[in-house]
Amino acid sequence: MDLTLFVWRQKNAQDKGKLERYEAKHVSPDQSFLEMLDEVNEDLIKKGVDPIAFDHDCREGICGMCSQVINGRPHGPQEETTVCQLHMRQFKDGETIYIEPWRARAFPIHKDLIVDREALEKIQQSGGYVSCHTGGIPDGNALPIGKIEADYSMDAAACIGCGACVASCPNSSAMLFTGAKVSQFAVLPQGKIEAKRRVQAMTEEAQSCGFGNCTNHYECEAACPKGINVKFIAKMNREYIKSLI
Amino acid sequence: MILDGKCPTGPIETSWDRHRFNLKLVNPANKRKYKILMVGTGLAGGAGAASLGELGYDVHAFCYQDSARRAHSIAAQGGINAAKNYPNDGDSIYRLFYDTIKGGDFRAREADVWRLAQVSNNIIDQCVAQGVPFARDYSGYLDNRSFGGAQVSRTFYARGQTGQQLLLGAYSALNRQVKTGGVKLFPRREMLDLVVVDGIARGITVRNLITGEVESHWGDAVILATGGYVNVFYLSTNAMGCSVTAAWKAAKKGAFFANPCYTQIHPTCIPQSGDHQSKLTLMSESLRNDGRCWSPKKQGDTRKAGEIPEGERDYYLERKYPSFGNLAPRDIASRAAKEQCDDNRGVGPGGRGVFLDFADSIGRVGEDTIRERYGNLFDMYEKITDENAYKQPMRIYPAPHYSMGGLWVDYNCMSNVPGLFVLGEANFSVHGANRLGASALMQGLADGYFVIPYTVAGYLTTVKPGQYKDDHAEFKKSREDVEGTAKKLLGINGKKTPAEFNREMGKIMWNNVGMARSEASLKETLREIPKLREEFWQNVKVTGSGKELNQQLENAGRIADFLEFAELLAKDALHREESCGGHFRVEHQTDDGEAMRDDENFCYAAAWEFKGLNKEYELHKEPLKFDNVHLAVRSYK
Repeated sequence: MDLTLFVWRQKNAQDKGKLERYEAKHVSPDQSFLEMLDEVNEDLIKKGVDPIAFDHDCREGICGMCSQVINGRPHGPQEETTVCQLHMRQFKDGETIYIEPWRARAFPIHKDLIVDREALEKIQQSGGYVSCHTGGIPDGNALPIGKIEADYSMDAAACIGCGACVASCPNSSAMLFTGAKVSQFAVLPQGKIEAKRRVQAMTEEAQSCGFGNCTNHYECEAACPKGINVKFIAKMNREYIKSLI
Repeated sequence: MILDGKCPTGPIETSWDRHRFNLKLVNPANKRKYKILMVGTGLAGGAGAASLGELGYDVHAFCYQDSARRAHSIAAQGGINAAKNYPNDGDSIYRLFYDTIKGGDFRAREADVWRLAQVSNNIIDQCVAQGVPFARDYSGYLDNRSFGGAQVSRTFYARGQTGQQLLLGAYSALNRQVKTGGVKLFPRREMLDLVVVDGIARGITVRNLITGEVESHWGDAVILATGGYVNVFYLSTNAMGCSVTAAWKAAKKGAFFANPCYTQIHPTCIPQSGDHQSKLTLMSESLRNDGRCWSPKKQGDTRKAGEIPEGERDYYLERKYPSFGNLAPRDIASRAAKEQCDDNRGVGPGGRGVFLDFADSIGRVGEDTIRERYGNLFDMYEKITDENAYKQPMRIYPAPHYSMGGLWVDYNCMSNVPGLFVLGEANFSVHGANRLGASALMQGLADGYFVIPYTVAGYLTTVKPGQYKDDHAEFKKSREDVEGTAKKLLGINGKKTPAEFNREMGKIMWNNVGMARSEASLKETLREIPKLREEFWQNVKVTGSGKELNQQLENAGRIADFLEFAELLAKDALHREESCGGHFRVEHQTDDGEAMRDDENFCYAAAWEFKGLNKEYELHKEPLKFDNVHLAVRSYK
């Protein structure tokens, strides 16, 4: 099939940037979206045009590197699917596709579709851990954890840190991302000890990085390639209130 | 030269404990004076950087991704082995040690494997303490599953995302150190050279992938945890950015590269849909419990699976290996699939695939049971191929996914270049010629949490902290070399893109040095690769400049290194006149197609010394001694 692409091109952080039009010809429906872009890039190189820069790595939907807004939706039209796992059969011959980077004040653009997600790192560094040492740890089975708590924790821990939640939110809020990490630890006995300090530090850091607040649009859950539930935002809010008492 | 792994002698059960006691310690007050560079932040690098930072060393950690959390360890699905014996099924450190040595086809060092088995139990405890949400049963205790190559259930898992959860555990420990100032992170940096002063590793040269700036970093020790090299085959399950570059730059500065020919091909991956695709997705091996492998008997048969009558199907694994059938080991199953396709009896686009058919099992136990067992895999398959595997057979094909070979290291994980340490998949030490499932995660975390924190101290006590810094002439020279290479790549302005060279190189390597290797195919590789390398340096087209974010330049640099390394891989395969594990020489097989080892002549690790491009590599041998296991034929009957 043949497609028309409008792709965000921006030379660097200082550049203003604009949408450029490209034609993608003879696209196979079995190609992934990124393989389609690879081929467009091959053509551009042959023409001496700077190819489109985009983040990607594992191409199996787990590393969280890929980050494109396709036709206004982070990671594109397919539910619970990263860009790298999106296949061209989701599109129709002759369709026009708009491709843009994550857009949020906390994610400045490096080049084209590549953004700086260091703000997410800062949130994690502010408290997204259990302060245990390497070694000197009792046996793993010395600390039984109920299956329900373990599964709940795993549901939250499945976050791949891509930032689609931020890109989809009208407030550019990182509360789904932060809430998932807070919740993962808050239900586990080894994480409870630092729960108060953690939730305060992480929410404070998110705010100072320039992320907005949650006003219950639930766009984040809809965009999340791992289907992280908004209940973790509620859990984080409860943990936050608890921490003030 | 005969290499010495410096393994402790005496009873193996106490070897690591005795060695640890004998290693010198760095005084806590002195630790912060030592700067350690960690390259790579996967399981080995992330765990190592966090642990060293916690001890008080000044750790600088580098990765090419935008976050330490994205290293390719994250993609491991199945699980991590440990000798806990929680299920009470007879596991022990000795059994894990024995299974790993045997699984590696008796080509690994005993002492290293023993240590790995010993510390495996500490890893699980460590991860639990970090909040890794391992699977648990209703009693609240940890759950185990079975895995290949073992008769006990020793694999711990976190749904199908074990690698992700373990990496996030190491990443959280790393973040804690970043917060306290123990570790400084340098993301989006690619190591492009090792700086060696007077024979000792003193630092690295990296390219800042955002600004293009070439930076020098000095360190009292340099640790590489930079993963494997199977992207040399183009087709692989590795991430797109995985490369041999860091290891290869070290090799060119004198570090020996050991057993490069030991590569593992996984039999059940989703086939390539066209030339444009290099990344292949793995499907869990467990599918072969209920699926039957077949391809059409007729050559060039393009009918749909359902239109091919039973009598015209070749259930080739059941035919060739009646006792093991569809559960034949990885290497056998992979080679058999390739033979069918080479014989023009493959299926799907390009004829590079075979069927994995669940119809019989669905008929026997019902679709619901199959869905219960493999539902998530069938869903993933459908997402990628748009085919419903409950209604028609899956198409699968083998793909490279792990390299057992790597930089040579001694028992302390130090290479032959003093001050250069190598961890995880990047070194050669514990998997021999074949790695067992769920052992890669174990090795990465063992090296990072429980080996390097001890062994690096033993080395650091022999050097003065900060003796050579980045104002030394060698750093300047290294920067100039790196800048020179980039300039050269950008200046060629030829006709072929880096991706085209990547594909051509992969085709040569996959066809000739892939699942089956012969003297003729290896000699052809040794003719073709240098030719392609020459063409590359005449005809590659790299757009843009070196002073900006330039992904084409990054790729071109990685391919340039692969084009040198590929030749060594083929040389090693040609020299090893035996078949063992993932290395299969067609000349050395039994009548029924099994690998035939030659313990008399090849019971050694082959460590190659780079002597200059287009010059012969020098082979150094480390003899392998087996005092605690009996060298036996690895029979699959």
